[in-house]
Amino acid sequence: MAQYEAVIGLEVHVELKTDTKIFCHSSTEFGADPNHHVCPVCLGLPGVLPVVNKKVVEYAIKAGLALNCRIAAFSKFDRKNYYYPDLPKNYQISQYDLPIAEHGCLEINVHGVDKRIGITRLHMEEDAGKLVHHGTISSTPFSLVDYNRTGVPLIEIVSEPDMRSADEAVAYLEKLKAIIQYTGVSDCKMQEGSLRCDANISVRPAGQAELGTKAEIKNMNSFKALHKAVSYEIQRQIKLLESGGKVVQETRTWDEARGETLSMRSKEEAHDYRYLPDPDLAPLVIDRAWVEAIKAGLPELPDARRQRLVTAYGLPEYDAMVLTSSRELADYYEECVQIYNNPKLVSNWVMGELARMMNAGGQDIQEVRISPAQLAKLLQLLAEGTISGRIARTVLEEMFNTGKDAGKVIEEQGLVQISDTGLIEKVVDEVIATNPKSVEDYRSGKEKAIGFLVGQVMKSTKGKANPGLVNELLKEKLNK
Amino acid sequence: MQLHHLTAHQLHDMLVSKQISAEELTRAVFERIEQVEDKIRAYITLTKEQALELARQVDRARLAGEVLPTLAGIPLAVKDNMCTKGVRTTCASKILYNYTPPYDATVIEHLNQARTVMVGKTNMDEFAMGSSCENSAFFTTCNPWDNARVPGGSSGGSAAAVAAGETILALGSDTGGSIRQPASFCGVVGMKPTYGAVSRYGLVAYASSLDQIGPLARDVTDCAMMLNVICGHDPLDSTSAPYAVPDYTAFLTGDIKGVKIGVPREYLGEGIDPAVREVIQKAIETYTGLGAVVEETTLPHTEYALPAYYIIAPAEASSNLARYDGVRYGYRAAEAEDMVDMFMQTRSEGFGSEVKRRIMLGTYALSAGYYDAYYNQALKVRTLIKADFDRAFKQFDLLLGPTAPVTAFKRGEKVDDPLQMYMVDICTLAINLAGIPAISIPAGMVDKLPVGLQLIGRPFGEGDILRAAYAFEQHTDHHRMLPE
Repeated sequence: MAQYEAVIGLEVHVELKTDTKIFCHSSTEFGADPNHHVCPVCLGLPGVLPVVNKKVVEYAIKAGLALNCRIAAFSKFDRKNYYYPDLPKNYQISQYDLPIAEHGCLEINVHGVDKRIGITRLHMEEDAGKLVHHGTISSTPFSLVDYNRTGVPLIEIVSEPDMRSADEAVAYLEKLKAIIQYTGVSDCKMQEGSLRCDANISVRPAGQAELGTKAEIKNMNSFKALHKAVSYEIQRQIKLLESGGKVVQETRTWDEARGETLSMRSKEEAHDYRYLPDPDLAPLVIDRAWVEAIKAGLPELPDARRQRLVTAYGLPEYDAMVLTSSRELADYYEECVQIYNNPKLVSNWVMGELARMMNAGGQDIQEVRISPAQLAKLLQLLAEGTISGRIARTVLEEMFNTGKDAGKVIEEQGLVQISDTGLIEKVVDEVIATNPKSVEDYRSGKEKAIGFLVGQVMKSTKGKANPGLVNELLKEKLNK
Repeated sequence: MQLHHLTAHQLHDMLVSKQISAEELTRAVFERIEQVEDKIRAYITLTKEQALELARQVDRARLAGEVLPTLAGIPLAVKDNMCTKGVRTTCASKILYNYTPPYDATVIEHLNQARTVMVGKTNMDEFAMGSSCENSAFFTTCNPWDNARVPGGSSGGSAAAVAAGETILALGSDTGGSIRQPASFCGVVGMKPTYGAVSRYGLVAYASSLDQIGPLARDVTDCAMMLNVICGHDPLDSTSAPYAVPDYTAFLTGDIKGVKIGVPREYLGEGIDPAVREVIQKAIETYTGLGAVVEETTLPHTEYALPAYYIIAPAEASSNLARYDGVRYGYRAAEAEDMVDMFMQTRSEGFGSEVKRRIMLGTYALSAGYYDAYYNQALKVRTLIKADFDRAFKQFDLLLGPTAPVTAFKRGEKVDDPLQMYMVDICTLAINLAGIPAISIPAGMVDKLPVGLQLIGRPFGEGDILRAAYAFEQHTDHHRMLPE
């Protein structure tokens, strides 16, 4: 059986976080009543003209610089012509042959291997509106259309076909998302549609230079979906070739429920967009000094921050990578460490317990009710021995749910760790007296038996006994 | 003379000296409309009640001692492709027959601030595509000089209204000659300003890189007064130029001694009616007599203007007119099966044949595989045409020629021959491609029909054009001629 190699390129749309739309003063607020944030310009009424929002150009340049792109000195807008009711002018203002940024790249790390993925181009465009149906699109007697999203600014980022697996595709998108988020130009929320991704996939026999015929996959609404869709499509194409078939150039949609990609339209049915330079918008002449000023204002980006976390705090590479996967998480971590300088302990708890609770609740770090200062205090109490690790977990859970301070939770629930040797000794004596079998086992050499006895002490102190002291006292008494 | 045949500057003096009131003037214009509109059919919509109310407001303000702008109280007709808040704006198309804009075009805002009194919206070729007003979806406008003839187009309604005394001033739009050619056919003054001099915000787009709004008036002074109001940078139009608007009436000195005028030989060559050529030759003699230096020159790429125009304008139009799909406003086909069918039926039924012809031309020119051969090639030709003018203006202050190769033709004469119809614009198209200003002024008559003289200037050289036009007007009587 021949070995196949997959070739993957991604086209990513990112919604920019400006207050107003790309060509008018309407608000970009998400979730308003239908057709609330509209004006004659974004509705494309007869006679209106677009005027470009300078903030959009600034954000696009910022994103381009963060992705190591060359920023164009001369750029222009073009019209992409196609008919759809969510597009009020029946053309989309986009950029065709002179995008704002080109020739960038980013670094990914998959299974410990570093790889550079090229970025072909980054361009600005306006978003379309949204069709709303009662029931499904095929059964509904009519469509409603909401133009709130029409004219919301987007950047489209097109990668080189440099990825070879679903893991690499996901790593690329994760990294892209992190970088864009760091620049602050977008929230990059896949669920809300502020980050959208299409994939171009082809396969070829290993060693062949020529590219295979590609299919474009749409409608992947999460990282998980991207991974599943890419994996599926690669296998579909390989099977097709193995069975003597041919891959046809087409657009396919990912059907999450069926777990497969389905044909949407063939190359023959593809639109001819009849691009033309938009005569309503003067070309953009980008001042170099402006680009330099934007560059100077760029925040520290994920790779640089990861390196700094390793050198400044002595963190393992892995910890630094996880913590810098989002700007907010890294900010949270660093704030915590600044208050309580115990980098590895903080890292363990942020990546461990806190992350577990966030995942369980589907929350982002921004939504967590525990402030970095509150977490720092909790970990300080843990390190000082006021509470045990087990209690700390209980306290953290309560803090997570209520937002209360650690001290308050400990006081309310009486969770202060017992480090009073006299008190613990009493319990240890009781446990030794009531568990002769385990005592015998330990003394006859089964050292593991001590674990059970420690557990019994912790149980009768409701977990409050200092586990170190319990161990020490038990050993002392058993070895007598 | 009757009020409706006076100029804005004459009427201004009468209003200021309280010889007449704005209401009286407005009523006089509407009486004239009632008298002749059956024959001329210049208007799609009349706004009599609104006009009378505006006129009364002007009168009250004047009585209260307010200092009013020069054009306050002067009746104005607006071509029906400029958006007027609350007043139907149809572009003379079935597809917008019921469309009322929720906003005013920037020029309308300026004219409202100047307190002109809009009397109505004028007929035109559908979406400004045409040279005779015969492409209106509603009715054809007649030439006031001969009702069997066309008024020209596409701003034929505005030109006819000025000529027939159905308004004092009018606004038109000019994409390939649509102000100047009807001005020529109707014997009035019409000017296309430099591209970018007047905001296009609110002008329903035909070909965005060529469209420009301009005045139609009885004489050059009225034209200059209107330019003073409508020119200027608009933050809502990225293509409007940031420039200091001069007082255009300051150029009306009558003195053109030493001004160098070039006459492109292409504008007096083949295809120009010999009688029209003769009128232009006389105009040249007038200018020479006034001390101007007139010499022959050449614009070698002139013959390519028409083919380049009929690629670029339809290409832009095919995209500009895509929004008329029946989804949000305007005409919608009643019996559509599904979405695509609704688009197709709405557009098939809503657009007239010339509009469809140009949409198809433009769609074809932009299609994959044809773009370089047509659209890109046309853009290159456009650059050469601009270079022709740049070269000529190194030597000359102005260029001179006929506005149209012929006088007003008979209705129906050219409707079945699009190419013949397109040829009527051969003297005007290149000016739009170059983005430069030009005026048409009455220069004489041929067989009782007016002939227009075209003066072309450098970018933002409106002042130079007006100076020369005014000097000609001071020494001739053509602009005083009235249709019977």
